[in-house]
Formats: sequence, C-alpha cells, structure tokens
Amino acid sequence: MAEIRNYTMNFGPQHPAAHGVLRLVLELDGEVVLRADPHIGLLHRATEKLAENKTYIQSVPYMDRLDYVSMMVNEHAYVMAIEKLLQVEVPIRAQYIRVMFDEITRILNHLLWIGAHALDVGAMTMFLYAFREREDLMDCYEAVSGARLHAAYYRPGGVYRDLPDTMPQYQPSKIHNQKQTRLRNANREGSLLDFIDDFTNRFPKYVDEYETLLTDNRIWKQRLVDIGIVSPERAKALGFTGPMLRGSGVEWDLRRKQPYEVYDRLDFDIPVGVNGDCYDRYLVRMEEFRQSNRIIKQCIDWLRKNPGPVITDNHKIAPPSRVDMKQNMEEMIHHFKLFTEGFHVPPGETYAAVEHPKGEFGIYLVSNGANKPYRLKIRAPGFAHLAALDEMSRGHMISDVVAIIGTQDIVFGEIDR
Amino acid sequence: MLTTRLENLAESLRNALGDKLVSIQVRYGELTINVLAEDIFAVSKMLRDKNTLTFDTLIDLCGIDYSTYGDDLSEKNNFKNRHFAVIYHLLSVDRNHRLRVRVLAENNDFPVVDSITDIWPVANWFEREAFDLYGIVFTYHPDLRRILTDYGFIGNPFRKDFPITGHVEMRYDAEQKRVVYQPVTIEPREITPLVIREENYGNCES
Repeated sequence: MAEIRNYTMNFGPQHPAAHGVLRLVLELDGEVVLRADPHIGLLHRATEKLAENKTYIQSVPYMDRLDYVSMMVNEHAYVMAIEKLLQVEVPIRAQYIRVMFDEITRILNHLLWIGAHALDVGAMTMFLYAFREREDLMDCYEAVSGARLHAAYYRPGGVYRDLPDTMPQYQPSKIHNQKQTRLRNANREGSLLDFIDDFTNRFPKYVDEYETLLTDNRIWKQRLVDIGIVSPERAKALGFTGPMLRGSGVEWDLRRKQPYEVYDRLDFDIPVGVNGDCYDRYLVRMEEFRQSNRIIKQCIDWLRKNPGPVITDNHKIAPPSRVDMKQNMEEMIHHFKLFTEGFHVPPGETYAAVEHPKGEFGIYLVSNGANKPYRLKIRAPGFAHLAALDEMSRGHMISDVVAIIGTQDIVFGEIDR
Repeated sequence: MLTTRLENLAESLRNALGDKLVSIQVRYGELTINVLAEDIFAVSKMLRDKNTLTFDTLIDLCGIDYSTYGDDLSEKNNFKNRHFAVIYHLLSVDRNHRLRVRVLAENNDFPVVDSITDIWPVANWFEREAFDLYGIVFTYHPDLRRILTDYGFIGNPFRKDFPITGHVEMRYDAEQKRVVYQPVTIEPREITPLVIREENYGNCES
C-alpha cells in the first residue's frame, strides 16, 4: 500500500470548466478534496481605479465588461448610484424599459449558465439549445443599442433612446434563399416589442424542453443532488445572495424586499429551494426563467400603451436632442459641457444595489463634487460566492468541484474586476 | 414609512452601542455610523447578535483612501489627516435593513484595523482585497495574502499616490528567452481634466 496519499493539484487557469481564468490549488486525499484555494486576479483590470480617472459617463461601458454575460444589469446599478447622488427623476417609461431589459438579461445570463453548467457535467445538447435562444435575445440588445453584448444603453437619467419600431431583417444569401429568408424574418416584421412578445410566447416551451432533458435525468441528478449543501444560516454568514441564497431556502430577493424602479408594480413569484444543494439551485434558476418571462410580458403590455420620454429632460445630465442642439444656443452649450467636462455630482456617498442574475450587485460611490468619482467600489456577487468554494467543496470528489463551480455561476469579469 | 424605520434603527443602534458610537448620520435614505478602529470587533459582534439589529450578512467591505478628498469635506466628516478607512456595508436579511459602518485607521503609514472574519466569514476575501489594494493590515486575519494583483507585485495600486500606469511593465525578452519586468515606457495622460466647481456654480438665481 502506498505510504503517501495526499497531494496538491493545480486546476486551471486554462481549463474549460474553470469558466475563464480560475486557478484552483486543490489539496487532495486520493480523489477527495481536503482544501481548495482559488487564486483569482488573473483578469484584474482595476476597473475601480480606471473609473476614478474617467468622467461618470465614460465609465458606463466599463460596467458592461464586468459581468460580461449580464451587461445591462451592471450598468443599472451604476446609473442608479449616480441618480441617487444627483437626485434626478427617471421617466417612468425608462424605468419599464430598464426592468424589461434587466429580465431579458437575466434570461441571457441563466441561459449561458445552464449551457455551461450542463456542459461541465457532461450534457452537450444543453449548450446548443441555450445558444439558440441567446441569439434572439442578443438581437434585441442589438436592435436597441447597436451592440450585441456591450450595450452601454442605460445612462444616468434614463436610457439612451426609445425602443425601435423596426427590427433588422435577414437578407437572402447563398445559404438561405428568398423563401427561407421570408420564413426567418416572419417574427421580425413588426417592432422590437412585437419581436420580444413573440419570444416570450415561445420561451416557456423552450424551458420545458430544457427540463425534459435535465430535471429527471438520472446522470444529472447523480451529479447534482446532495452536492455542495449550504444551510440557510451558513449561506447568510458566507455572504450569499441571489439564487445561491434562495437555493438554501431563504426567501430574499431585492426586487421584492427593497424594490427599485417599477418592480413593486409587477407580479412575479420568488422561487426558493429546500435542501440547499446544487440541484435545488438548478431548480431555482429554472423557475426564474419562467418568472422573468412573466415580468417581460407585463412590461411589454405597459410599454405598448404608454409612450413617453425615456431620458430625463435635465440637460445638465442627459444630452439634448440633435435638433435642439443645432438650433438653440443653450442646448449647444449643454451638449458641449456634457461631452467635454461631464456633469458634476454633489459630494456624498451612496450604495445602490440591484438583483443581478447572480446575486446582489452593488455600487458604492463616493463623490467629492468633481466630474469623476472619488471612489467606486463594485460589490460583485461572484466574489463572495467563490470565496465559499473552499467550504462547499471540502469532502467532495474532484469532479464535484466542477459541479460546484458551475452552480456558483462564476464569471471572472466581475470577480476580478 | 422609510424615515420612521431608519429612525427606529438609529435609535436601537444608539441603545446598543452606547459610547462606542462616534457619530451617526442619515443621507439618501442610508444610515452611516462611524466607529473607532479598536472597537470594530466588539461593535460587529453586537451588530450581528443584538436582537433588534441582527445584521446577519456582510454585503461588502472595502478600503478607501481619503488623502485627496478635499480639506473642507474631510473636516466636515471628521477625517482630517486620516487617510485610510474601511467601509463595511451590512445587511439584515431577517429584518430587511442596511447599515454602513466607517472605521478610520489611526496611522497613515501603517493602517491597522481588526479583522472581523470570525463574525462574518465572508470578510476573509474582502479583507484580503483591501490589504492588497490599500495596504490596510487586518490583525487576527487567518490568511492575509494578496488576492487580485500579480504574484510578487509591489505597492498598493488603489492608493491615490499610485499612478494609473503603474511602475513596471512586463514583456517577453527574446534574448533572455523569458518574461522580464521593466519600468513603464508609457506616459501618463489625462484626456478629461478633473474639475471641481465651486458651490452654486452656474446657478443664475443666487
């Protein structure tokens, strides 16, 4: 019999299941994990320091690059913090648009999560299914902001522009002839809202398909049930938020408990787990797909009926329209000042948090009255979750570590910042 | 309703902390308390365990460097000549309220604050981050290592006296056939200058 069984293994930073650039140093006893020491920071870009050297608007696109699978929600927390310090009112239509895109983003994020999680555990098909739907949602991003991922669509005081009346259409090509192209464009004839509406009608059936593949799948359950159990008390002490906390049976959702924007007017349920294992967190996120779909539907109904402004008319904060700028001296000055110097935020400090798809995403903003933030702290949910990886994976097998990384929904853009 | 809830919370904080509470203020519907560095462990324990407070989650912990914050602002906030502070954001999931705690470190050259990892285990990584980026030392921390910066990094990059370009850059040297560090070759540049306007700037009515 061998004398020494303990050894240390290096996992990552280049490993498909490391979700980016996670380097894990695992202390093993045979195949059992004794200690996991994640080394992070390989994607550190010092976003917070960069933001201190940029005006407030210049930092908006940096927010997209934090958690690069849920772009608009990051922006949301950032603009909310600025709006809180400026005390500016956001038009109600902009609030509905923000909520709608937050939920679209939640679906986008969870789709990537379910695809990557299933792929890690060994189910290839889910990845292909999830990316089919992500395509439609990224088209929505593109239609509204011009960019498929890094949108920079939310601005302090509202959103950059109103929802477009037309959707971009496919053109016939060597691969798709006229007839096929007409079929592909069938749901793109109307406005963006029609397109999203069509998506929300199709989407519940897609979620059913995912569940058929996974929920009762024997291999899936063997890999997830009773893996990485976290008790509710422990989850709170470890700083869990979002689906990680709800999976442990704590009914906590900022959208309901500390509602921001128009979430208090919308009707949705908060799914909660029972056992606090990976399988329960999977079920929670699957239900969030359906609830987000419900919220989007309600937003579409409201947005169809209520036209209006989508950004504040305070031109010290939001740029004036091009027409006004060219005809009106004062608006011209506003425009010039806004894009050279930027706006000034009164001295003070604030913390704004949103219910990010991964948990609580918060921005702590300190201003000293300048046109740039004095200190910006990004509270990334994944940071606290990954810190608990050691505790969650102790006593499990190596292959379970992969399942736990998957269930934590790790994205390094936000953890390393 | 919000204000009465904040007032109740402020009242129970005053009762619980007594003379350990340096100051308390409410702004933008958020409650901030200042606490002395030597009291932070005892205060945290009280904040977590006291029935009326029950702050069961530490949402965020971060360092901050007040050295260029502005003299009059610092004076107003009582942190003149103190450069480093630790900001704690607490959340009570049970009672649904939030609190910000500010602790100013006594010494500007060697800022020290007690660790609160024993109270909220999530503080472990957050304290490592504050140590890494600001050089704030947390006593009794079980494993105070750098976390975000490179292995072998020198300096505390988020301090205000650390240039945004850094001090060294890395490149592959074909002759030595390895990666070498060298002093930075790029010039720092500022595209939009930092401007702080006087009060009531552009206000025609005054």
